[in-house]
Amino acid sequence: MIKVDQITKYYDTFCAVDNISFEIQKGEIVGLLGPNGAGKSTTLRMLTCFMLPSAGSVTIKDYSINKNQLEIKKLIGYLPESAPLYHDMLVYDYLDYAAQIREIPAEKKNRRIAELADTCGLNDVMHKSIGELSKGYKQRVGLAHAMIGDPEILILDEPTSGLDPNQIVEIRELIKKIGRQKTVILSTHILSEVEATCDRVIIINRGKIAADSTVAELKKSGSEEHFLNLSVKNADFSELRSRLSSVHGVKNIIENQGKEGFTSCRIQCGSSDEIRPAVYETIKNSGWVLYDFHQESKSLENIFRDLTREN
Amino acid sequence: MELLKHYKTIFSRELKSYFYSPIAYIVISIFLVVTGWFFYSTFFLYNQAELRNFFQLLPIIFSFIIPAVTMKLFSEELNLGSYEIIATMPVTFLDIIAGKFLAAFAFTALMLAPTVFYAVFTAFMGKLDHGPVIGGYLGALLLGGSFSAIGLFASTLSRNQIIAFIIGMIICFSLTLIDKMLFFLPSVMLGFFQYLGADYHFQNISRGIIDTRDILYFCTICFISLYGCYLTMQEKKA
Repeated sequence: MIKVDQITKYYDTFCAVDNISFEIQKGEIVGLLGPNGAGKSTTLRMLTCFMLPSAGSVTIKDYSINKNQLEIKKLIGYLPESAPLYHDMLVYDYLDYAAQIREIPAEKKNRRIAELADTCGLNDVMHKSIGELSKGYKQRVGLAHAMIGDPEILILDEPTSGLDPNQIVEIRELIKKIGRQKTVILSTHILSEVEATCDRVIIINRGKIAADSTVAELKKSGSEEHFLNLSVKNADFSELRSRLSSVHGVKNIIENQGKEGFTSCRIQCGSSDEIRPAVYETIKNSGWVLYDFHQESKSLENIFRDLTREN
Repeated sequence: MELLKHYKTIFSRELKSYFYSPIAYIVISIFLVVTGWFFYSTFFLYNQAELRNFFQLLPIIFSFIIPAVTMKLFSEELNLGSYEIIATMPVTFLDIIAGKFLAAFAFTALMLAPTVFYAVFTAFMGKLDHGPVIGGYLGALLLGGSFSAIGLFASTLSRNQIIAFIIGMIICFSLTLIDKMLFFLPSVMLGFFQYLGADYHFQNISRGIIDTRDILYFCTICFISLYGCYLTMQEKKA
């Protein structure tokens, strides 16, 4: 559905996006993840025909952004970063204006606006001017604006920024619901968002793609090592270490800062080895009381940090 | 037509947006007070039933007022970021520019409309020659349109509305005053610079002589300015 082929974007001499390629199929929900200034917004702006790439090509459903911009714009509903809407218009007037441009027939227009007011929770603010709204409400109006023409592709630039936790959950549910029929691309720097909503994640760092896979695969890929955290009461760390290091598969043991009276440590082991029964056995035999015992798999946060860390 | 399908929607939004804020009312009031005062302060002294004084003042007043009307059209959108929304909606640049230009032009026409009362009033006072009045209003619309296009171009140049206003004003003011400055120039260049002056063409029309050269001049100014808008906005996209 969307094919991005080696696009590069320069702002004067600064290279914001550097030779990126990816393909997105119909019905996918794709998260574009990256630190601030990684080139997420620039990439989205090129997909929406707001900017043209300095090199490379974008094809959306056989339309090229260099030639068929109007056709592409008809396919896409776009929410730019921080929803820059006209401050002087009323919410209803704004949606009405957007509906006119999206060529929604007059008899269906009011029904469509009412529908979106329900889905986006706008019923209380329909007759307020957009400038008076809080950031969260503006964001919702922006979302309603993006969806009004019922576009095949929805591109959302940081859709949940400025929303409160309840709204974030609602919007994520909404995105998932839309994603069943539509193609959704969203950018974010919040990792849990990607985990909660997206099928696939593309991590961008300094204008380059650092990873492109499903969330599950990504989590698996970074986990060559496991860590086991445990904490026991009234034990001596050196004794604990000497006993545990004899367990097969243990690579390293590091002392953790624990609470008063507890000894905590972090055991490093290979991902293929299952050392938990042996560790448990050792502790049990020594007579210590075990208070905490959990395995730490590499979280998306850690993977993200590894992939995007400044060198 | 695919290229110009939505200009009406954009036009009506822009025109309404003038009246959402008090700025429209303030600008119209200032325009009417300034023209009314300058016109009537000498009207009875001349004791002539004509609007010549009014039309003589108009280019200078327009040079200040119209850039103030047009300054927000692109600057505000660029500053707010809402240009990103309008540019990614299924509209062409021609829709955007036509909608905005016509909104500014319609606003100018609305601003000018109450001054028709001066003509009606003058017609009661004495025998008014219709030709120059009709010519004057036609010229005023052409001039207003040209200055709107110039102001629109100035508005694409900066995110700051004040800067857009000043640039627009400088261009409009230069075009108005250029034929007053002709004595500084060598005689070979006189004709050319006179032809460049907006005031020269406007005064021709407002005498009641409608010459295609004058109309062509204003149309050219509009076209060049609007094409300038296209180029600057295209530059931002690349």
